[in-house]
Amino acid sequence: MTDPSLPRDPAGTQLPPEESSAYVRAVETKQPANVAPAGTGLTPAAKGHGPTSASRVVSSPWFAVAIVVLAIALPFIDSGAYTLRIATDALIFVMLAVGLNVVVGYCGLLDLGYAAFFAIGAYTAGLLSTTFGWPIIATIPAVVVMAVVGGLVIGAPTLRLRSDYLAIVTLGFGEIIRITANNLDITGGPNGLFGIPDFGDFGYRSDVTIYWFTAVVVSLAVIASSRLGRGRLGRAWRFVREDEDAAEAMGIHTYKVKFAAYVTGAIFGGLAGVLFAVHQTAISPPSFNFLWSALILMAVVLGGMGSTPGVVVGALVISLLPELLRGAENWRYLVFGVLLIVVMIFRPQGIWPHTPSEPASAARREPDPQPEVTA
Amino acid sequence: MDYVLQLILNGLFVGTFYALVALGYSMVYGIIKLLNFAHGDIYMLGGFVGFTLLTVGSGALAGGGGIIALVVVMALAMVATGLVGLVLERVAYRPLRSAPRLSVLITAVGASFALEYGVAVGYGPNPRAYPVTVGGGAVHLLGARITYAQLVMMAIAVILMFGLDTLVRRTRSGRAMRAISQDPRACLLMGVNVDQVISRTFFIGSALAGAAGVMAGAYYGKIDFLMGFIIGLKAFTAAVIGGIGNIRGAVLGAIVLGLLESFGTAWLGSQWRDVFAFAFLILFLTVRPTGLLGERVTERV
Repeated sequence: MTDPSLPRDPAGTQLPPEESSAYVRAVETKQPANVAPAGTGLTPAAKGHGPTSASRVVSSPWFAVAIVVLAIALPFIDSGAYTLRIATDALIFVMLAVGLNVVVGYCGLLDLGYAAFFAIGAYTAGLLSTTFGWPIIATIPAVVVMAVVGGLVIGAPTLRLRSDYLAIVTLGFGEIIRITANNLDITGGPNGLFGIPDFGDFGYRSDVTIYWFTAVVVSLAVIASSRLGRGRLGRAWRFVREDEDAAEAMGIHTYKVKFAAYVTGAIFGGLAGVLFAVHQTAISPPSFNFLWSALILMAVVLGGMGSTPGVVVGALVISLLPELLRGAENWRYLVFGVLLIVVMIFRPQGIWPHTPSEPASAARREPDPQPEVTA
Repeated sequence: MDYVLQLILNGLFVGTFYALVALGYSMVYGIIKLLNFAHGDIYMLGGFVGFTLLTVGSGALAGGGGIIALVVVMALAMVATGLVGLVLERVAYRPLRSAPRLSVLITAVGASFALEYGVAVGYGPNPRAYPVTVGGGAVHLLGARITYAQLVMMAIAVILMFGLDTLVRRTRSGRAMRAISQDPRACLLMGVNVDQVISRTFFIGSALAGAAGVMAGAYYGKIDFLMGFIIGLKAFTAAVIGGIGNIRGAVLGAIVLGLLESFGTAWLGSQWRDVFAFAFLILFLTVRPTGLLGERVTERV
């Protein structure tokens, strides 16, 4: 894991205390550090620098709370099997998107094989619960371990190189996992695994239980990823994304920081895989092809890289839109591809860009023609 | 012994395919440090352009020899895919030339997606059978079998590669390319028309991929809109093995990869062929990321 050819600080600590994190803050916002109180909701309340009243409403913590309450209350509003199925799918997709957002949005590492971790999670949970008869809950630690191992295998050699290599190696990794699942007997080959149990009997309909479990896990994941993005590690990620060499020069152990982002993303993907396996009850290799990885990336890019509310909205749009526009599959993907190019050229910050934590930063900063999120 | 020779011949043949695609990858990367994810899809597009031309012109070709018709079609397909590559660079990549690397990579993924599903919309998602396949006789060389078609294709590929090598090493235009790969800003100051040279690079790289696409269609007899995905990955692997940005390296890497795959398949079974190749890519990046012929690249800030 350590490369002698690269300069490392001798203690191997992630971030030297105090001065580096203050520096990260100062560089990120180009002004003295002035951090909003932690825990103000999914996105920091943006005061005083000209967001519209609508965006202030949706950025407030109460809006986030309202969304979570609404998500949990959905089965009371409409408990139709179809509604719950697409809602569960959408939530799982949200989890994947916030997980990938840690890797791509925060840290600027392009992962094109994110479905691999999704597959690792789903197959680990499925295999342990069907072949070995574990209860689903008990498979979760194993899933986390497997996701971390996967992240290590791919991350260790490639994170030291330019980010371009990571992109294509992850692409290859996605294929390796899918083909391996297709070839092995223990994973059921092309037929996959079926009869995956649910979380247990809580006196509700099975799909309602699964929905609630998913809603709770995904809400926690969204909050966790949002808070990770605002902590010290999150600021280090953004610094690495904006200028890796400067970050390295300032004493950030960029390799470790990138590794942390990659492995965090892997764990999110693995856990989403467990939810997917339980929800579908059957999994097979085609469920984890490149299309998935691309669609998750699309949600992150469209919503706004690094912006948790943006990514959640992007994921909901990408996952629910096909339900409205059934049929024209290939047209849809064609439009997605063109949209990716158009967004990158004309609005690289996405629909809902990340706003910096410091309330009045935009007003006090010197004129800066570059958009806030340029990675 | 016969068996080993056969494996070597198969590996060389597959390697020439990979080389044609890997060259474009490596050239573009060498000049503007862009991983053109859409490159594999240009190869696919070449296959489809060839398919259309052969279908339209099937009456005229009915009597003629398959090989000659194929060469003509290949030339036309090369022009067509070259132009697509040119347009792609102009529309998708040029506006982002000074943008962060991540933006450009995502754009390239978008371009790949758009090409794949554009073809899926145009031709339908199902595989198409190629109107001309090259069967014919085979020569036996020390007990190993190689068809005439394979020999012709390898010959064409080798001619194209030599042409490219001459172009890059001996002509003015090639010198401009090499200069830009070293320092685009200085080239601008020295009066090199950088945009034009980059366009030309895209044209040449895409044309080579298009040629490979037609060959693949004729050889395997079947094309589909996702066929560029795996080959793009393999070509990248080949370019990395040889040292990305290095043209001779790309050819060497492609042949090494072809041979490795050939022996790996014989050893592990064909269902593991792709896994074997990508595992090798990861291994190579761990051990020698600069490739066989690449020199150590230091990033300048």
